[in-house]
Amino acid sequence: MTTTPPPVQVVLPAGRSEGDVAATVRATKRRLTSPWATVAAIVLATVWTIPTFGLLVTSFRPAADINSTGWWTVLTNPNFTLENYRTVLATDSSQSLLPFVINSVVIAVPSVVLPIFLATLAAYSFAWMQFRGRDALFVAVFALQVVPIQVTLIPLLSLYADIGVAGTFWAVWISHTMFGLPLAVFLLHNFMREIPGELVEAARVDGAAHVTVFFRLMLPLLKPALAAFGIYQFLWVWNDLLVALTFAGSSNQVAPMTVALFNLTGTRGSQWFLLSAGAFVSIIVPAIVFLALQRYFVRGLLAGSVKG
Amino acid sequence: MNVADKLVAMVLALAAFAVVIGLILFVVSLLERRGARRVAWFFVGPTVLLLIVGLLYPAGRTVVRSLFDAAGSSFIGIANYTAIFSSPDQLVVLRNTVLWVLVTPFVATLVGLLYAIWVNGARGESAAKALIFLPMAISFVGASIIWKFVYEYRFYDPDVRVNPEQIGLLNQVLVWLGMQPQQFLLNQPWNNLFLIVVMIWIQAGFAMTILSAAIKAIPAEITEAARLDGVSASQLFRFVTVPAIRPTLVVVLTTIAIGCLKVFDIVRTMTGGLYGTSVVANEFYTQSFTAGNQGLGAALAVLLFVLVIPIIVYNVRQLRQAEAR
Repeated sequence: MTTTPPPVQVVLPAGRSEGDVAATVRATKRRLTSPWATVAAIVLATVWTIPTFGLLVTSFRPAADINSTGWWTVLTNPNFTLENYRTVLATDSSQSLLPFVINSVVIAVPSVVLPIFLATLAAYSFAWMQFRGRDALFVAVFALQVVPIQVTLIPLLSLYADIGVAGTFWAVWISHTMFGLPLAVFLLHNFMREIPGELVEAARVDGAAHVTVFFRLMLPLLKPALAAFGIYQFLWVWNDLLVALTFAGSSNQVAPMTVALFNLTGTRGSQWFLLSAGAFVSIIVPAIVFLALQRYFVRGLLAGSVKG
Repeated sequence: MNVADKLVAMVLALAAFAVVIGLILFVVSLLERRGARRVAWFFVGPTVLLLIVGLLYPAGRTVVRSLFDAAGSSFIGIANYTAIFSSPDQLVVLRNTVLWVLVTPFVATLVGLLYAIWVNGARGESAAKALIFLPMAISFVGASIIWKFVYEYRFYDPDVRVNPEQIGLLNQVLVWLGMQPQQFLLNQPWNNLFLIVVMIWIQAGFAMTILSAAIKAIPAEITEAARLDGVSASQLFRFVTVPAIRPTLVVVLTTIAIGCLKVFDIVRTMTGGLYGTSVVANEFYTQSFTAGNQGLGAALAVLLFVLVIPIIVYNVRQLRQAEAR
């Protein structure tokens, strides 16, 4: 489970022209002459931002200050340090969270690449190949999105123990791949159906094999869709706690940042200097990905269905 | 394992994957060159295999497991399910889950909708939206830490009248207002609402993004016509905006509701499900991994599955109707 809600399918009225959009913008601009809307928006944005801002300020304060005075006192008594980040990212300290950051990266890359590639292959066959039971199978894959991962965890855990991958990166990679597949197939299939059939037909008539069509035609055309799902899956995997907690254990050998931070919150007398800096180390990666690729991400959000 | 070992393991895994896929595609192109037509299963096979092993088979085993006792040795029928609906502890879990599912979607959607309308077409609209949307990029664990710090409480003894400085913002606000600091995460049953606030904080951005796109798609003629008729802003909202985006509203509400049914990370990180804050997804984890009652844990997982289905069916039906229109 992550912060990222599943993509949803949204029906927007079709057949809108550029002129309509311009007219809407003009109309809404006029409506916004109401200063109350602006005031309300600013108040809400402030309320929404302050909690994050407070912890960000805290992460730059000395540990002793954090526990004795509120972060807002920096206005009158500014006292900043990078020591918390040095501790969290140290290469040779027992309090270092660096191994967990590395684990998060090592977990995330295959957990994004594998389901994308497998799902693209499957979506291609659902979209452009004929075989018996195709439609029924596609509906089945689509329906599997409703299965909450909780119902799979314990049996998978014993399965992993049987084949000897329990507590390794393999268990986490395979789990994220399997859990990501139904949504990935569904999303990529939708995008693939938007590619004009004549393109594929023409290539096939010219004698191109499916493998050729897949690599030469589909993959290049699907780049935006692959980016959209890739960002979604990356945020999901990077922010996941449940799968990691179940399959990766707590040691710094395999567990990602989310598990490390989770364990830190459990310790008595919260170590805010570690938690605040650690939280921002783990937040900064998805925040950059998200801000840089927001366009693709929103597109992905608007195009999918339900996962988890 | 040191850093280099881990990275090597990752690259090896990716290479192994590439080799397997490469082999499959190689076989496919060989077959195709010989004129074979039926190669679809090579494309769809790996996915189907993984879904059977990873979702279908485990789900089936969990259903069976939910009919056995804690140790899994004797068949007890539906006793685990009756326990969920009769034991006082489990009834609190159910109450909390209902509270999450009822409160969060409506509040988050309302906040998101209002904000989307307020900033629509304003200068700096995309920056204003990014502020509200950014919590979505933060993990539930990160969000929980952020809010745990807001709720942080320093002991205050009214008898001694020694008032320690509060380091949590919310308690400091109470002190500024001349009130007593509170243990927000401990005081039942209100602590549930303080956990729900975290989810609202996250999901409002999601609601805003989706609803903003829907609002921008309302044909300008409709709003123009309403304006010429001299309707007020609130009338425009009630009689034009909301009906026009109703299908989208349903999707947003149901999506957030499903997220709330499965909420685990927030409860686990902030209270561990103690002090009467557990929900079904958290109780599943507690029973399965710490309380050692895998039978009850399995029943809770199945319950989660059953609760999700009607929401999704409703959602799909609404979508169908909207598409038919």
